[in-house]
Formats: sequence, structure tokens, C-alpha cells
Amino acid sequence: MKSTEGTFQSVWTLGEQRDGRISPVSYELLAWGRDLADKRGTTLASVILGYNLKDRVNTLIEHGADIIYVVDNPALEHAYPDAHAAVLEKLVREFLPEIFIASATTYGRTIMPVLAAKLETGLTADCTGLDIDPETGLLIQTRPAIGGNVMATIKTPKHRPQMSTVRPRSRKPLASDASRKGQVIVRECPDDAYASKVKFLEFIKDETTALPIQEAEIVVSGGKGLKDAKNFQMVHELADLLGASVGASRQAVDLGWIPYSHQVGLSGKTVSPHLYVCAGVSGAVQHIAGMSSADIVVAINNDPDAPIFRVCDFGIVGDAIEIIPILIEKLQSQKATSPK
Amino acid sequence: MRIAVLVKQVPSTDKVKMDEETGTMVRSAMDAELNPLDLYAVEEAVRAKEKTEETEITVISMGPPAAASAIKEAIAMGCDKGVLLSDKVFSGADTWATARTLSSAIEKIGPYDLIFAGERATDGETGQVGPSVAAQLDMPVLTYVSKIREVNGARIVVERAVEGGHEVVEASLPALVSVVKEINEPRIPTLKGKIRAKQTEVPVMTAQDVGLDAAHAGLLGSPTRVVKVFYPSLSRNGTIVDGRDPERAVNALVQFLKDKALV
Ligand SMILES: Cc1cc2nc3c(=O)[nH]c(=O)nc-3n(C[C@H](O)[C@H](O)[C@H](O)COP(=O)(O)OP(=O)(O)OC[C@H]3O[C@@H](n4cnc5c(N)ncnc54)[C@H](O)[C@@H]3O)c2cc1C
Ligand SMILES: Cc1cc2nc3c(=O)[nH]c(=O)nc-3n(C[C@H](O)[C@H](O)[C@H](O)COP(=O)(O)OP(=O)(O)OC[C@H]3O[C@@H](n4cnc5c(N)ncnc54)[C@H](O)[C@@H]3O)c2cc1C
Repeated sequence: MKSTEGTFQSVWTLGEQRDGRISPVSYELLAWGRDLADKRGTTLASVILGYNLKDRVNTLIEHGADIIYVVDNPALEHAYPDAHAAVLEKLVREFLPEIFIASATTYGRTIMPVLAAKLETGLTADCTGLDIDPETGLLIQTRPAIGGNVMATIKTPKHRPQMSTVRPRSRKPLASDASRKGQVIVRECPDDAYASKVKFLEFIKDETTALPIQEAEIVVSGGKGLKDAKNFQMVHELADLLGASVGASRQAVDLGWIPYSHQVGLSGKTVSPHLYVCAGVSGAVQHIAGMSSADIVVAINNDPDAPIFRVCDFGIVGDAIEIIPILIEKLQSQKATSPK
Repeated sequence: MRIAVLVKQVPSTDKVKMDEETGTMVRSAMDAELNPLDLYAVEEAVRAKEKTEETEITVISMGPPAAASAIKEAIAMGCDKGVLLSDKVFSGADTWATARTLSSAIEKIGPYDLIFAGERATDGETGQVGPSVAAQLDMPVLTYVSKIREVNGARIVVERAVEGGHEVVEASLPALVSVVKEINEPRIPTLKGKIRAKQTEVPVMTAQDVGLDAAHAGLLGSPTRVVKVFYPSLSRNGTIVDGRDPERAVNALVQFLKDKALV
């Protein structure tokens, strides 16, 4: 849509749910949205599609939304991209939001490009920063590209809504405030909007109970420097102690010490935890591409010139195989003495 | 079945050299190659062809004339033919305009029962082109596909790698499928394949050939604008301690973690 096609106002976030439960990323998004709406002096709305969730959406208001648009229909229970995008397109064309953001999850990354194509507007991927240009009022979208080697600032000057997906865990949710007031608007759509060419068959849950590394607050990774699969077990032990998920370099994955789903880097997963600890990882550019947005990086490596030391906040130059057990021991005794 | 595979030519990542001082990429050290994540899309297309009689695979890429070599890499792996969309007016396209160009070409040279795309290109890294092409062609999109359980001329059943597990879904064809790395091990082209690729002519189509108005292509047709590109400073200037005295080093680390309220 061209910006001249109507009066576009308000900031929207796309809420996410699974099995009728609202996903935490929905609240992170509201923290971004609240800032943008306040800077634009407008309202913040959250749109959420699903089934059997009408009664659960109040938490979105408690986390910062002024308005909730809910479309509650059995046809929307699963994240069918065609049906979800068709319903969202109807809502956008009716209410004309100026900005519409979603999480860069598999849901957001699928629905948003479909929606942007239908609306003929721009979409910026996987942003780690969003702001309002004080002069033009335009959304300033900042995102890493080319394996984290480059940051790009992107605008959508003449099309509306200005749309972006936002990297999960790039922001903490606002504290929940049960006294916040807002409006819940339940919408229905014409039947054709719900039609989908996709059919859900089943969901196969991952066996591991640990969080997928992209979602973890703390990630402990090991690399080839750990020498063998047995030593790699220390990484699991340290991770358990810290309540962390386990990551790995490509070398560790290629050596068969851990499945590919744990690989951090350009051809693996991008993580942005609060704490990233890595041992025996050299810090190749392709590895750094997957973890450079971690808040705090700790590295253990026996080579003082290893590139990982240039991107760490705390480094130990030494033998990881000797150091990790000592660290585990100290953390254990620390845990035993400090009541929590 | 008629299959199309969308591929992009990107700067080679294994040739990336970092500038030690500034932590930035040294551009001159880079060559171009087929987007590594597109190898999985090509492989999956070739496997579908091997299982289904009378299947033809067309490789489609938008890019500069040199991108013909990326198409040839895919042909060497077993695809039948290719089309290069190349025109000055295509340059500077964002994902919307890229998808518009690709879908215009598909409308012209298609229809296809199944279209494959990679999860993302290693340079632009948006992952948006696949879903956007599907939307513009009004066909369902299945993203993050880690396994094709079944495919015939009418329907496809896939597993999608999503947060916390795998979702099994079925879709009617035509459909667009974007695949993740887990799906297969791409084959190495055979010598025979390479020779065939070398001998295959890759026709070039321009905006006019695909019936696309220049106003909808390239930078002119792009809703987004990259207004600034900068290099993040990778250096963090952290505290580095000597681990030859492991006890002391670990104590310092535990203190650091305590100061940051991490333990
Ligand atoms: C296209 C492409 C994509 C890639 N994608 C990825 C990716 O997604 N993720 C990824 O990780 N890599 C990726 N790589 C590979 C990357 O270039 C490196 O090869 C890889 O990250 C190295 O893994 P490593 O650090 O475990 O091993 P190495 O580079 O071999 O490093 C081992 C380190 O351990 C140290 N060490 C040895 N012994 C000890 C000890 N006793 N105690 C402490 N330290 C010790 C050494 O000093 C060394 O620094 C990719 C490469 C290419 C070309
Ligand atoms: C630093 C930087 C940041 C950018 N950020 C954005 C942004 O946020 N939003 C935006 O709209 N544009 C953005 N662009 C422009 C974008 O990179 C181009 O539009 C590019 O042509 C396609 O996007 P991609 O590289 O992200 O591909 P992706 O969407 O990641 O590619 C996914 C798959 O689509 C297929 N595909 C992609 N490109 C082609 C092609 N040319 N020919 C055939 N098949 C293809 C391949 O199968 C590929 O695996 C950015 C460009 C740069 C340099």
C-alpha cells in the first residue's frame, strides 16, 4: 500500500501462540512496540490469531498493549501461512496501522513476507534495533547481514505499513502490570479468509527437554579444542549447572560429538543469549557470525592469539580440559553455600 | 512433474578474510558461488526427479550475467535447464522486487507443480524471497522443510523444523517449499554432470521478456531502502587472564560472573 492510500496510524505487533498459549516472544515484541508508539504519540495494538485464546489475551495488555485484536477460529489453530496472512491482510486494510512488527520466529518469518507481498509493502528482516527518525517520523530498522559482518539501516519511506521482523531475545519484556487497562476487540472474518491449502497432520516434539539454543538465556559451547567426545561431556555438565543450553562449533558437530541442531554459526543457529561461554572454540568468522550479539562472552582457549579472545568480555588462556572441571567444582560449592 | 529451483549467487563465505585491525571483511578476497543453502534445495529437487517419472527441473536465478555460473553448478548436480533473469533495471532489488521479478518469470515460463528455494541467502540473509514468491503466485508456502515424506503430482507431505519440534503438514500442489540444511547431503557433481552443464546454454530473460514494468523491478520497485551500512566493531576488549594458574583464573571468572549477577 502506498502511504497516500489512507491515514495510517498506530503501531501493531503480531502476537504468537501455540496450543492457545501465548508465546513469551509476544511480550518482548510489545516492549519494542511500546517505545515506538510512545515516540509516535500513538496507540499500541497487538494482533493475535488462533483458537480458544480469547480469554487469555489480557496478559498482552498487562505487558504494554492498548488494544488487542483477536481472531479466534478453529481454522486458525495452526499457523497456516495462507489463512493467517489473509486474515491479517483484511485487518490491516481495515485499520491501517503505520508500523507492524513480528518476531523473527519460524511463524513471523513465514507469515510476514507473505503478508508484505499481498500488501505490496516493504519488510525488513531480523532486526536487532528499531527506532523512530525524529525528523521524518519514519521507522529506522537496523539489522545484521552477511553473517553478522555488516549492519544495515533500512527504511520504508513510501509504503505502509512499515513492516519488520525482530530477532527474538533482542529485548526483555516490560514488567507485567495487572492494573493496565486496554480494549479487547474480537473480530470475525468472511469464511474465504480462513481457507487454507495446507493441512496440519501432527507435531513431533523434540525429545530433549533443554531449550533450543536460539531461545536460551545462557549457552555453553564446545569446540574441537576439547579433543574428544568424552571431554565434550564437560560442556553438558557445565551447562546443566548454569541452566544453559549446549552449543558447538562446526568442527565439534562434524566430529559427531553433538547433533547439528546445536551448531552455532553461519551455517548453524544464531544465538543471542545473555551469556555465551565457549571452550576450545577458535572463533572463526563463521562461528562469530552466530554469537556476536550475545550480551556477555566468556572464552577458554589455550592459544592467546585465538580470534575468540578479541570478541570476549572475559577470557582464560589455558587448557579447557583442566579448567572446566575446576570451574564446575567452584560453581557447585558456590551453589551449595548461597541460598536461592 | 515440473519443478523449478530458485538459486542465488552470493560471495563465497569460505573465502571471507577478516581485517585483523578493524574486524571487517576484506572484500577483494571474495569469489562468487552458488548460495551454499541453495545446494540443499537443488539436491531435494534432483531427488524428487529421481523418484518421479517424467520430471523436469528448471533452475531460475536473478542476477548479473556472471550468475549463469551458479545455474550451471545446479545443472551439474542434475537439474535439466536454467534461465537467468538479468537486466540493468533489476539491480538494487529488495526482497519484494526480487520476488516480483521471479514470479513474473515463473508466470511466463511456468507453470510449475513444485518450486524449491533455500532457507536464506548467506549475504542478504532475509529468508523472505521464497514466501514472497509463493504469495505473489498465490500458492501455499512450506518453510523450514527438513524432510519430504511424500510427493506426487497433486500433493506433498513435509516435516517443518520449527521451535520445539517438527510440524508435519500436507499441502496441495502447486506449492513452494523452502528447505533447511538438515534435509539432505548435497551430492558432488559428477564429471559427466559438469560437462553437461558446460554444454548447456542458459538463456537470459530481461524485464521486457518476462513482461515486467521497470517501475516494479530493481531499486525503483523496492519499498525498502538501505540507508546506511556499517561494520559493527567486533572487538570487546575483554579481560584476559592467564590460565597457567587454573585455580586463580577460575576464581577471577567466578568473581566476574558474580559481578554480572550471572551466578
Ligand atoms: C561456509 C562455511 C560455513 C561455516 N559455518 C560454521 C558454523 O556455522 N559454525 C562454526 O562453528 N563453524 C563454521 N564454519 C567452520 C569455521 O570456519 C571453523 O572451521 C570452525 O568454527 C572451527 O571450529 P573450532 O573452533 O571448534 O575448531 P578449531 O578452529 O580447530 O579451533 C580449536 C581451538 O581450540 C583451541 N584448543 C586446542 N586445545 C585446547 C585445550 N586443551 N584447551 C583450550 N583450547 C584448546 C585451539 O587453540 C583452537 O583455537 C564454516 C565454514 C565455512 C567455510
Ligand atoms: C545488508 C543488506 C540488508 C538487506 N536487508 C533487506 C531487508 O531487510 N529487506 C529486504 O526486502 N531486502 C533486503 N536486502 C535486499 C536483499 O538482500 C535482496 O533483495 C536480495 O535480492 C534477496 O534477498 P536475500 O539475499 O535476503 O535472499 P533470501 O530471501 O534470504 O533468499 C532465500 C531464497 O530465495 C531464493 N532467492 C533469493 N534471491 C534470489 C535470486 N536473486 N534469484 C533466484 N532466487 C533467489 C533462493 O532460493 C534463496 O535461498 C538487503 C540487502 C543488503 C545488502
